[in-house]
Amino acid sequence: MEALVHAAPYTGYVYPNETIIPWGILIVIYPYITGLVAGSFTVATFYHVFGVPRFKPVARFALLTSLAFMLIVPLPLLLHLGHPERALNVILTPHLTSAFAAFGFFAAFYVILVTLEIWFAFREDIVAMAQNQKGLLRRFYRALTLGSDEISETTRAYDAKWLKALAIIGIAGAHGLHGYVGFVFGSLKSREWWGSDLMPAIFLVSAIISGIAILILLYVVTSRFRKTVIDRDCMKGLAYLLWGFLIFAVVLEFLEFANIVYKGREGIETVMALIAGPIWFGVWVLQLGGSVAAFFILTYVIWRGTQDKQLIIGVTVSAVLVLVAVFAMRWNVVIGGQELSKTMQGLLSYTPPIFDREGISAVVIVFTLPFFVLWGLTRLLPPWLSHGRQAQGQIPSITS
Amino acid sequence: MKWKISKHQPGRRRFMRLLGRAMVFAGAALFSVGLMGRRGLAAAIPALAGTNYDWTKHRWGFGVDATRCIGCLRCVEACKTENGVVRDAHHFRTWVERYVYLKGERKPQVDSQSDPGNIAASGSETEFRFDNRYQDAKIDKAFFVPKLCNQCEHPPCVQVCPVGATFRTPDGVVLIDHDYCIGCQYCVQACPYGVRLFNHAHGVTDKCTWCYHRITRGLQPACVEVCPTNARLFGDQNDPESVISKFIRENRTRVLKPEMGTSPNVFYIGLDKEVM
Repeated sequence: MEALVHAAPYTGYVYPNETIIPWGILIVIYPYITGLVAGSFTVATFYHVFGVPRFKPVARFALLTSLAFMLIVPLPLLLHLGHPERALNVILTPHLTSAFAAFGFFAAFYVILVTLEIWFAFREDIVAMAQNQKGLLRRFYRALTLGSDEISETTRAYDAKWLKALAIIGIAGAHGLHGYVGFVFGSLKSREWWGSDLMPAIFLVSAIISGIAILILLYVVTSRFRKTVIDRDCMKGLAYLLWGFLIFAVVLEFLEFANIVYKGREGIETVMALIAGPIWFGVWVLQLGGSVAAFFILTYVIWRGTQDKQLIIGVTVSAVLVLVAVFAMRWNVVIGGQELSKTMQGLLSYTPPIFDREGISAVVIVFTLPFFVLWGLTRLLPPWLSHGRQAQGQIPSITS
Repeated sequence: MKWKISKHQPGRRRFMRLLGRAMVFAGAALFSVGLMGRRGLAAAIPALAGTNYDWTKHRWGFGVDATRCIGCLRCVEACKTENGVVRDAHHFRTWVERYVYLKGERKPQVDSQSDPGNIAASGSETEFRFDNRYQDAKIDKAFFVPKLCNQCEHPPCVQVCPVGATFRTPDGVVLIDHDYCIGCQYCVQACPYGVRLFNHAHGVTDKCTWCYHRITRGLQPACVEVCPTNARLFGDQNDPESVISKFIRENRTRVLKPEMGTSPNVFYIGLDKEVM
């Protein structure tokens, strides 16, 4: 029995059952990964729906990134469940008053949608590869064409329209998915640190910045590996996007915090003790410090019109800071909420186990998987545009 | 606006149509399998096996007279034994809190039988005792508060269960179908009173049922049965002459955290404002 439970030490008074923290680090990584899904999809829609041409170099890669992370989203949940083999019951017999019951539907809907979106975005490449490849790969791509291998002006217009229509639905889908994750926490009245009307909005905006940030990081890293030049306009566009949404995110988080402090409901002293105690480093250094540092770097880069290497370094460092800040935010919400006792008169402190089904090792594996999936996806469906093909306009163009 | 579709691709259109139909059929099939898998509620309750108990005829209620509780913890002991609750300091279906206002202090010192000092006093996590830490202290006021599931009228734990494994019976008790619980612990989070616990060995959530297997056979819950001072009372709110009906009628009772909108069915007297 002893090995099964990790009791958290506490100060003040906490209810006896609270000493076992129900949701550990796996449930920190779950909204983090979902956020990356929503955020990278946002970047893709800026090209596919809003027609911002500077995002063209990463638009298709963003779609693959979104799918790669989405495929792994259920994994931390399954690892957490006491009975993962019953997980399908959530879809088969959903209890409709539960925020969790919607997860299966949201997730399935989104996976189908983004898969269709990817198919239309890559259809021309698939057709080309079905003709050029040999052997098994040829069969694979032939199957992927779904029996349609015609490429003409008509089909291009048709693909482009579907791409746009799906992306419009996708905006609602991806953002709904993550706003919903915020609702999972925000709708609970039992926990002061969670039960906030602003929670879905905060989750959503922080998701967007984390998604943009991971895309920046992946774009820079993969460009280095591919030994290709980084598109300066695209990089600048991503910097603007990150900058704008980052300001929005920090303001929302500040408003949320200001609300709690100003209302000063019963137990406010314990809330203040929480941010001064168990999660102080995560709140003040990682979340706030990281966000503010990223803000100043981005402001400098944009203000001074920084170019070339400095631009790339500045934006990449900001992206890393944002990724850390958003992870800290997830931790501060998920873990912080549980470290604040329901008695409002005590604080627990959670330390994640290292080797455990719900430990750090599991999280490292779970978080590494999407990158392998993404690598596999980019091998099957190369998302990068060669300059030659870009010029010839072989990729379905949305803006025209 | 019309979609421009090339006439040369009937194959793809037909495929998409087929795909759409296949998905609708598959969805419908899965959903009906799920519905069939869901058993009638009464049949799902092992506690009712072999009784002719009619759960529409009762409305159970629980009373706690905190002025009578002496903190002997026999209720906690009885509960662990009766319900096979994990014997450690972190799993309880019921517990007792001790509130002590020391002279000159405005806030009480609070602890329960789980407190490390009390465990040290009993010598083991499997035995329950309040230690004598206040023996030489100057005390203004002190009392004990037994806690258990409030069997809320509007239970947040039932609301959040994604599969409906936990439910409220017509006689007013919130139960868990352990064969259906997926072990997500969302209900543990949602309970404002911290009464839900997780059974790690079985991967499912657990909670106080007011000893449903006993009350449906005309017995008292184990904690009520063993209480030497009648601090715990139990009965049918439908019967105006029951102990619980009289208790509620003759006293000014209160419930815990009424602001949560849960409408608890455990009625307290003798609580102070600091009881959370």
